[in-house]
Amino acid sequence: MAKEISRRSFLKGGLAAACTLAATSMPEWASAANNKQQLVTLLDIRKCIGCEACVEACSEANTDKYPNPKKPFPKMYPDRVPVMDWSDKRDVTDRLTPYNWVYIQSATVEVDGEETEITIPRRCMHCINPPCVKLCPWGAARQLSNGTSRIDSDICMGGSKCKAVCPWHIPERQTGVGLYLDILPSLAGNGVMYKCDRCYNQIADGELPACIEVCPEDVQTIGPRDEIIKQAHALAKEINGYIYGEKENGGTNTIYVSPVPFEKLNKAIEKGKGKPHFKPVKDTMADANNLAAAMVFAPVAGVAAAVGKFYKMTKTDE
Amino acid sequence: MNQIHKDTRSNKRSIVRYTYLMIVLFLALTGFGQMPIFKRYYIADIPGLGWVARFYVTHYMHYLFAILLIVLTSHVIAEYLFINRKRIKITISGYIRGALVIGLVITGVLLVIRNLASSGFPPGFIVFLDLAHLGLVMVLLMAGLYCIILKKKWAKERFKMSKGV
Ligand code: SF4
Ligand code: SF4
Ligand code: SF4
Repeated sequence: MAKEISRRSFLKGGLAAACTLAATSMPEWASAANNKQQLVTLLDIRKCIGCEACVEACSEANTDKYPNPKKPFPKMYPDRVPVMDWSDKRDVTDRLTPYNWVYIQSATVEVDGEETEITIPRRCMHCINPPCVKLCPWGAARQLSNGTSRIDSDICMGGSKCKAVCPWHIPERQTGVGLYLDILPSLAGNGVMYKCDRCYNQIADGELPACIEVCPEDVQTIGPRDEIIKQAHALAKEINGYIYGEKENGGTNTIYVSPVPFEKLNKAIEKGKGKPHFKPVKDTMADANNLAAAMVFAPVAGVAAAVGKFYKMTKTDE
Repeated sequence: MNQIHKDTRSNKRSIVRYTYLMIVLFLALTGFGQMPIFKRYYIADIPGLGWVARFYVTHYMHYLFAILLIVLTSHVIAEYLFINRKRIKITISGYIRGALVIGLVITGVLLVIRNLASSGFPPGFIVFLDLAHLGLVMVLLMAGLYCIILKKKWAKERFKMSKGV
């Protein structure tokens, strides 16, 4: 029933959105897929009322993907290896966990001279060049051509490197599941990492991600990158607001538009484990990727030195 | 005259050899550092080795040493082709190790391309590259160790010099 109501409100929202700026209708999806453009979500956080319908919908839509660990867990060596077990705390919704891929962060800030509580859905940003994907040593994390990054729970070893390299430390670990159990459970690996996968299977079926579909306030809009960026800028201009996610970490596919500066929001939100910040983030992959250019010249340098020497030798032989 | 030539040649060979060994050592260290094992197994607790558990640091250093390896490898290959081909002969163990290094360079370069924002390799291929890169380095390290223990050389002179030289 709840699902039906939400669908109805989605239709209503979708129609309203189609009349204005939004890109929630099917043709947009098709065009994004055809152009091979990355999909971006825009979050107008003024609209969010903190009802947590998205949190609930995410969990409903993705229950089948959640871990079902076997207990007791195999003993891991050395002792310092942390056991991360959320399987008895599946109801926790005030932070990110392997069983909660989106949560509502709140901040009390002044908007137009008035003390206001702002609520913000937080989840994976789906970076354009995601370090969680690129730096995964096994290729267990992957990026789809529509810009969604997801972790393949069949091959993830749970080493948590993706979390360490993610500027927002988004992925969360559950011990006692996954491939490591079949290899050397006590010596290598520690479960599987979980995070928002942007409901990739629903998107593939032409459906909206659950959190977008269910939201009664149409906080989120999804569409091809060009369009959503334009829309985000138009919205920011209209409300004299601020943008987060367009440039952070070299660009992400999640764009927040806020009536207050993100610096202020970042100070006002609760941060910590499973609770991401709103700080500026430099492009984490840039330093190494800039070296890639030098790699192109490396063989040229090596060969040039040898050729130089050869030339010198022929000269002296003469 | 011959004696001087030979001495500078063997001096140069040992410089190349030690540079190569140092590069491979750092590449192996920073490469294995891409797996989350150094913290788990206390390696990063050894004074002075804290950096090996910092992924962005090891990643950057791996690139730097990879550039050095490519410069050295292409230099040695070019030198062999242009200058040394008539004089020295690559041994079987030399060919095997050479092929392993080239395999590592190729899979490594493909992984560097994978890391650029616009890359779009299929997921299965990326898993293959990761495993191939790891597998190749394991075999190279074992082959290297075997060759050091049995004193196998990469190459030998085609013509033996007269005795006592
Ligand atoms: S994003 Fe929408 S569904 Fe989620 S809490 Fe805000 S208003 Fe509710
Ligand atoms: S926000 Fe973190 S987990 Fe999400 S794509 Fe970016 S690096 Fe990966
Ligand atoms: S996109 Fe899907 S997986 Fe991600 S937070 Fe929304 S409902 Fe959850």
